[in-house]
Amino acid sequence: MSTTAIAPEEVNVSKGVKLPIYMDNHATTRTDPRVVEEMLPFFTENFGNAASRNHEFGWVAEQAVEQARERIAKLIGATSKEVIFTSGATESDNLAIKGVAEMYREKGNHIITQATEHKAVLDTCKRLEKYGFRVTYLPVQKDGRIDLDDLKRAMDDKTILVTIMTANNEIGVLQPIREIGALCHERGVLFHTDAVQAVGKVPFNVIQENVDLASISAHKFYGPKGVGALYVRRKNPRVQLVAQIDGGGHERGMRSGTLNVPGIVGLGKAAALASEGMAEEAKQLAALRDRLRDKIMGQLDEVYINGSWEHRLPGNLNISFAYVEGESLLMGINDIAVSSGSACTSATLEPSYVLKALGAGDDLAHSSIRFGIGRFNTEAEVDYVAERVVDTVNRLRELSPLYEMAKEGIDLTKVQWAAEPSAH
Amino acid sequence: MAYSDKVLDHYTHPRNVGSLDKNSQEVGTGLVGAPECGDVMKLQIKVNPTTSVIEDAKFKTFGCGSAIASSSLATEWVKGKTVDEALQIKNTDIVKELSLPPVKIHCSVLAEDAIRAAIGDWKKKQGQAQMESAPVAQQAQAG
Repeated sequence: MSTTAIAPEEVNVSKGVKLPIYMDNHATTRTDPRVVEEMLPFFTENFGNAASRNHEFGWVAEQAVEQARERIAKLIGATSKEVIFTSGATESDNLAIKGVAEMYREKGNHIITQATEHKAVLDTCKRLEKYGFRVTYLPVQKDGRIDLDDLKRAMDDKTILVTIMTANNEIGVLQPIREIGALCHERGVLFHTDAVQAVGKVPFNVIQENVDLASISAHKFYGPKGVGALYVRRKNPRVQLVAQIDGGGHERGMRSGTLNVPGIVGLGKAAALASEGMAEEAKQLAALRDRLRDKIMGQLDEVYINGSWEHRLPGNLNISFAYVEGESLLMGINDIAVSSGSACTSATLEPSYVLKALGAGDDLAHSSIRFGIGRFNTEAEVDYVAERVVDTVNRLRELSPLYEMAKEGIDLTKVQWAAEPSAH
Repeated sequence: MAYSDKVLDHYTHPRNVGSLDKNSQEVGTGLVGAPECGDVMKLQIKVNPTTSVIEDAKFKTFGCGSAIASSSLATEWVKGKTVDEALQIKNTDIVKELSLPPVKIHCSVLAEDAIRAAIGDWKKKQGQAQMESAPVAQQAQAG
């Protein structure tokens, strides 16, 4: 059966979309032009060092920083004094976890986290294991959420920190943060959450969610790259950290280094925009995401959503297309930016560890695509993407020996695959 | 990762997609790889029983663009060759033709395996046919 090429350039004009389309908003987001506008004066006009206490250049910069601090605090329900600036969430995760571990070493050496955390958390925990800390990695259930009973059982009298993300970057699943925090407070254990994918997208209040530390990243919610923040609770309990970067004692001694004033201003503006528009935007994103899902699932069979649908970020859709490999699918929609959990798309040829943790099986991990819908995506784009995805999946299924076997009624789980190259 | 033009070409216009009758005496079927690895190739050849020339070849692949291109190229190359000539095809030839980067070399290895598996299957069928038609025991052709 011959197949014909699809030429996307011809299609785009009639469908009213500008190519390429960006739909990978969990990887990063476009900086909102309003954020850029707010940042610009701080490069060439108000370029002072916020720590210069003796002249107006410094005072102006400091004021801008403090306004940004306020805006972030407001977004997450904290006070200004509890927000410290970093170079991004990876640094915030490192500071929170290592900072707590070192400070509370006398009290205990046990840390609890879970299998689908971002590498910034997992690799930090692995390093602490080398330094003699004990780390428990909780499994997740099929829906991607941890079991609170597993957490209860894992806690002992040496546990000093629980670190569990608010929303997962691959599958968008939301963890039961409030209950986790409550449990931690009961037991006198500190609770850190990597809130990167949640802040600015869903309501996140550190008091209501019982959180002691939270990592924030600007470029995940339409701010610039290279700047983030860490929420560090001051009351009930007062959290102390050992700084990981020394030199000057900035940020209450917790994080030395000249502040990235333009970046911080951008982070603050992103937070202000989110505070204003989050509720409405979440509704719009969910509508677009559901439209994409309905169009895809309405035209294709054997398509599976990875992770809980109920507890999920409004813009996230992570789907596996049975019998079709993820990288070949991306190649077929190469005018659309999304990502895949397939091994073929990773430098190490390992399939997504997040999808593996769901227990789905490697074949579905290889067949997965992550769509991250964001502020700047339109309905026309969603319709275009749905059409291209459906066309490409159908084309690849015609190419797929697995689809052929499945249609013949063969149970693929029972087949003896010749995975080992034959000796010759 | 940037793809070579040839890989893109095979991906967009794959040659010889489809299936041959796997029950036919003239057809050899090779099925290699595994879904958990993200790569499965089915390559079939139709061989002229007198001349041992591969007259037709078809493939189906579950895998990345490089895997699809490797198997598509394999069907192009085996057509018109005798079975023994086809066994000379090396994965390194495929790598060179498609400009595969190091991380995709294993796709070409799988394509070479698929060719060998198809030929092996065809040879096995010929061996059995010989045994059935010649009551005096003949040496079965080694696969």
